[in-house]
Amino acid sequence: MSLAIQSLDDFIYGRAPHPVRCGRGLELGTGTVVPEINFTLPVMTIDEASWPEIRRQYQEIIDGVARRAVDLEVPGLLVEFETLPAMTNRPEWGIEIVEILSTALRDFHEKHGLRSALRFTPNDTRDFYSPSRMRSGRYWEAMKQSFDRAAAAGADLLSIESTGGKEVCDDALRFGDLRGLVFGLSILGARDMEFLWTHMVGVCNRTNIVPAGDAACAFGNTAMVLADQHFIPRVLAAIVRVASVPRSLVAYRMGAKGPSKDCAYEGPYLKAIAGVPISMEGRSSACAHLTHVGNIAQAVCDSWSNESVQYVRLLSAYAPTVSMEQLAYDCRLLNVASARSKEDALRMRDWLVDSDACLDPQAWVLRPDVVLRIAAQITKEVTPYRQTRIAAQCAGKELAEAAESGNLKLNPREKRWLDKLRKEIDGLPDGEEELIEEMAIGTFASKFIAGEYGLPSMDAR
Amino acid sequence: MADLKQLYDAILTGDAKTSVAVTRQAIDEKVDPGKLIHEVMIPAMNEVGKLYEEQEYFVPELLLAGRAMKGALELIRPLLAETGSQPTGRVVIGTVQGDLHDIGKNLVSSMLEGAGFEVTDLGVDVPPEKFIEAVRTKTPDIVCLSALLTVTMPAMKTTIEAMSRAGVRDSVKVLVGGAPVTREFAKQIGADGYGETASVAVAVAREICTASAA
Repeated sequence: MSLAIQSLDDFIYGRAPHPVRCGRGLELGTGTVVPEINFTLPVMTIDEASWPEIRRQYQEIIDGVARRAVDLEVPGLLVEFETLPAMTNRPEWGIEIVEILSTALRDFHEKHGLRSALRFTPNDTRDFYSPSRMRSGRYWEAMKQSFDRAAAAGADLLSIESTGGKEVCDDALRFGDLRGLVFGLSILGARDMEFLWTHMVGVCNRTNIVPAGDAACAFGNTAMVLADQHFIPRVLAAIVRVASVPRSLVAYRMGAKGPSKDCAYEGPYLKAIAGVPISMEGRSSACAHLTHVGNIAQAVCDSWSNESVQYVRLLSAYAPTVSMEQLAYDCRLLNVASARSKEDALRMRDWLVDSDACLDPQAWVLRPDVVLRIAAQITKEVTPYRQTRIAAQCAGKELAEAAESGNLKLNPREKRWLDKLRKEIDGLPDGEEELIEEMAIGTFASKFIAGEYGLPSMDAR
Repeated sequence: MADLKQLYDAILTGDAKTSVAVTRQAIDEKVDPGKLIHEVMIPAMNEVGKLYEEQEYFVPELLLAGRAMKGALELIRPLLAETGSQPTGRVVIGTVQGDLHDIGKNLVSSMLEGAGFEVTDLGVDVPPEKFIEAVRTKTPDIVCLSALLTVTMPAMKTTIEAMSRAGVRDSVKVLVGGAPVTREFAKQIGADGYGETASVAVAVAREICTASAA
C-alpha cells in the first residue's frame, strides 16, 4: 500500500485522486467543495400516530433546504438522511423518507438544475443486543433490508457509522485504557468493518449506487466529546482519532469509494491513503456538537457538512435552512479562493490549519503535513492491528515533539498523560495474538462475543 | 504489618492490585474494618474527588481509584454487613426505550459508584416496566433516565407516567440527563432533577440523599 497523495501541495480541499460522480450530476473531488446537509426531527415520538406528521416534516425540511440551495446557487448539494433507530428497526419507515427526499431532489434538479445526490445512512443497531450481535439477529436483518431497498427508493450513496468494537472501546475510554482501545478498534472494529463492508459493497454493486464510507464516530467522536467536557485528556482523544484510521480504512479496502462520512474526522488520513473524497464537519456543525477543530477540519475537505440539526424554528428560518445557508457560504469562500489560483487555495488551507492547530492536540494531528507523515507510516504496515499501533505511536511522537518545541499548547496534566500513553503504546505487543489472548480473559472479556467478530470463542482457547 | 499508607496511595493512584493485597493483609491481621474505611479509604477517595474538582485528575483517574476502592471493599463487605454500614444511596439507572446510547449513562453510573452509591444499571433500550420492576426489587432512592436522541426524550415522560400508574413514582426521585435534555424539559415531564453533565448528576444525587437522610 502507498499514499494516494504524496505531496503537501497536492493535499488540498476540493480535489481528491479518485473523485466520485453520483446522483444528478454531482461530482466530489474534482475541484469544487459542495455542502452536505443533514437534519433530524425535533422532540417527538416516532410511532404510527405521529408518522404522517413525520413525513410532512421531512417534506418541509427538504423543500426548505433545496430552495435555499437554489437561491444561493450552490454548485451542488449532498443531502444525508441518517435514520433514527425506529426507522432502521422498521425499514419501511426509513425507506419512505428516502423516497420523499429523493423525489424532492429530482424535482429540484428538473425544475432548477440543482445538482444533487442523496446519501442514505441507516443506523448500526446491532448493539441493541448486549453484548452486541454483529452477524445475526433481527437488528442485523433489518439493517440488511434497509441496504437492499436503498437504491430503489432513490438513494445515491450508502453509508453507515458502524459500531463494531464499541462495546469494549466505551469502557476503555472511560478508564483511559489504551490496550482496550487498540483491541476494540484494530481487532474487533476492523474485523467487523470487513464483514459489514463486504456486505454493503456487494449490495451497492448489485443495485448500482455508491458505497460511500464509514466513520469512527462511535470511537473518535465519543472521545472528542468527552475531552471537550474535560472528562478525558485531549491527548487521549487525539491519539484515539489517529488510531481509528486503520479501522475506517477497511471500508475502502473492501470497495467503498467515498465520500467518507462527515463525522469521520479521520477523513484527511483516508484521503491521503485511499485517495477518496472526504466529507468533513467543523465550525458549522456547532448545531450538533462543539469542537476544537472547527477550521482545520475544513482544510482538505471535498464536502462540508453541518452534521445534524433539529427541525426547529429560528428567527430567520427553520434550522436546517439556516444550516444550508451557512454551508453554502462556507463552500463559496473555499471555491472562490481555489478559482483564483492554486496558491490562493493553499493559502486558504493553511489559514484554516494555522487557526486551530497550535491550540489543541486533536487539531494538531489533522495538520496536513502531520497527516502525510503518519499516513506514510501506516501504509508500511499490513494488518489493521500493526497499522493502529504505528498510528498511535506516531501520533504520540508528533504531539510530544510539537509540545516540546512550543508549537502546541499542552498543560501539565495533558503532558503527564501524553508521557503515560506513549509508554503504554510502546508496551503494545508486536503481534495481535498476544493482545487477543489478554482480552479474552481480561476486564473486557464479558463485554463482547468473540464469535461475532470471527474470533475463536474463549472456550476454544 | 499492613502498610495503610500504601493502601491510601494505591487508591489515590488507582492501583487495584496493591489496594486489594494490602486490605487482605490488614484483614488477616485483624485490623478493624471500620478503621480501614473511615481512616484510609474514604480519605483517599475524598482526596481523589478533590483532585478531580481541581482539574488535576481526569475521569479515568477517578474511575480507577473507584475500582481500587471497590476491590478492597469487596473483601471488607462481609465484615461490614455485621456493622450495618449503608451506601451513600441506591440508584437505578438506564437509557430509555428506543435509545441505545450509553456512554453518558455509563459515565454517570461509574461516577456514582465512585461516590459510594450502590448502582443498578439496567442498560440501554429499557422499557418502563423494567424500571418499575427495578424500583420494586432494588428499592432505590433515585432513578436516573438517560436519552441522547430528540425522538427518545418522550420515552422519559412515558417512563415517569408508567411509574406513577404503577404506584412507585413517589417512592423515588427521578433524575434525567443526556445531550438534548434541558432543565425545562425535565420540569415539564415531572422529573425531580436534571444533570447537565455527569459530575452535576452525581452532585444532585448526593444532595437528594443527604437531604433525605437529614
